[in-house]
Amino acid sequence: MKQMANEKRWTTVIAWLVALVIFFPIFWMALTAFKTETEAFSVPPSLFFSPTLDNFVEVFARSDYLKFAWNSVAVSFGSTLLALAFAIPAAYAMAFFPTKRTPGTLLWMLSTKMMPPVGVLIPIYLLFRDMGLLDTVTGLLIVFTLINLPIVIWMLYTYFKDVPGEIMEASRVDGATPMQQLFLLLIPLSLPGIASTGLLTVILAWNEAFWSLNLTSSQGAPLTAFIASFSSPQGLFWAKLSAASVMAILPIMIVGWMSQKQLVQGLTFGAVK
Amino acid sequence: MTTAANPSVTAGEQKQKRTKREIDTRPLLWPSVIVLFLWMIVPLGMTIYFSFIRYNLLNPDISGFAGTENYAFLFEDPALWASLWNTLILTGSVLVITVVFGTLLAVLYNREFFGRGVARLLVIAPFFVMPTVSALIWKNMMMHPVYGFLSWLQSSVGLTPIDWFTHYPMLSIIIIVSWQWVPFAFLILLTAIQSLDKEQQEAARIDGAGPIAMFFHITLPHLARAISVVIMIETIFLLTIFAEIYVTTSGGPGLATTNLAFLIYSVGLLQFDVGYASAGGVIAVILANIVAIVLVRTVSRNLHQT
Repeated sequence: MKQMANEKRWTTVIAWLVALVIFFPIFWMALTAFKTETEAFSVPPSLFFSPTLDNFVEVFARSDYLKFAWNSVAVSFGSTLLALAFAIPAAYAMAFFPTKRTPGTLLWMLSTKMMPPVGVLIPIYLLFRDMGLLDTVTGLLIVFTLINLPIVIWMLYTYFKDVPGEIMEASRVDGATPMQQLFLLLIPLSLPGIASTGLLTVILAWNEAFWSLNLTSSQGAPLTAFIASFSSPQGLFWAKLSAASVMAILPIMIVGWMSQKQLVQGLTFGAVK
Repeated sequence: MTTAANPSVTAGEQKQKRTKREIDTRPLLWPSVIVLFLWMIVPLGMTIYFSFIRYNLLNPDISGFAGTENYAFLFEDPALWASLWNTLILTGSVLVITVVFGTLLAVLYNREFFGRGVARLLVIAPFFVMPTVSALIWKNMMMHPVYGFLSWLQSSVGLTPIDWFTHYPMLSIIIIVSWQWVPFAFLILLTAIQSLDKEQQEAARIDGAGPIAMFFHITLPHLARAISVVIMIETIFLLTIFAEIYVTTSGGPGLATTNLAFLIYSVGLLQFDVGYASAGGVIAVILANIVAIVLVRTVSRNLHQT
């Protein structure tokens, strides 16, 4: 008994030490957000200081922070809703009315995720330029919808498969049309699954950086691209960078923490549960 | 009343309706199939087409069919080989680091200890940080040669601070990317390890198996499938790492941190040589396909075994 208690004590010490080391950069950034720019650059680093909210005020005042935040919200939630609108009927059709081609279709959809984005960067850039979609929220929203659509279809397909066939059968015998089955039965029944699918795509879209860096610059830029503008030499304000970053990552980190289990299922296409 | 009076007609109607319904599902499925098909085929076709023509956005005089010219230039360009090598090093190192540490962390955090839930949240947190933010935290607040936290740590124990991005640019990128992806591997492997059979473990312990023997003979085989899933998914993302390089080194110094994704970006959107960049894009697609085929084969073999 004593040995077990001892073992637990050691596990506690080591596990917490590792956790704090891994989390440290985020903690340090959060701390820097409440320092003055001078304190941010002090050697040795200042651990005790009088916290200030000036950086947050400055970020709001000097940059169009709210515009970039709004763009992030619009593209991540907009693309999620759009992807769900495409994916729910498709997953419904494949889960309840499978044909010989269904497994092949599912695999093909997954394979579109294997295509490297740089392989199509140049044509997409030129097409967007000609269509006036460069640096717009609409353009980014379209791209995010398409890159997340295969994941959404796969996740919904696995959730729909879990709905007992007897329930659907019973409603069909009662005379419900396929549309009624979908909207009055399947969607309400699998609402938790749909919600967690949505959460995953919101997280992925919020943090997406390849397309947002390449297709937007100022008007349609989401937070990922806005933060990148701090990398220029004239923009080396660590405290303000930290304040902007904290605001950019905090909401999505909370969402991520709440939906760990669903994340695993979604990210592995249901292969690990 | 009528239905009850004439059941045979109802059954017939129902059967007819059912087959009709199955046909009706096409409008449900096709919108997704069509948009994904357009998203995949149209740009890919354009990339292949561009790769065979002379096309420079800055100089409209350069035009016409180029044949395999773009490819010939590309294969003679040392930048291509440097970038392929860098892609391999970056992807390979991060894969090894994330799988090894992810497995060890999963074993550690599967044990009972005080505050386990909170500690787990701290470990997975980096995965939710957007790539541009994590790259900038590390570049500035951690790895800055004068004001960075790491250089303060080093000088306080009497070492000379390292100028990470000047002397070890690729290592720096590897550290940043690994920091982001270890939590991913950990999260997947922790989920997998939780389904480990408790009784089997207990039996092995009674038989006198030590913790190391237990790890190699019970835990690791159990995790094999989850590990191959982690490798497959990470490879897809790691082959085209972009944002971390974009905000830290811009591919430099020289070509030291230019991977294939960054090379295509810089040739196409900084030097505006569309034909040349598209040839690079075709190479990237072929490379990704080879990797995908190998991975899918390995994973499906693994799936059959278990």
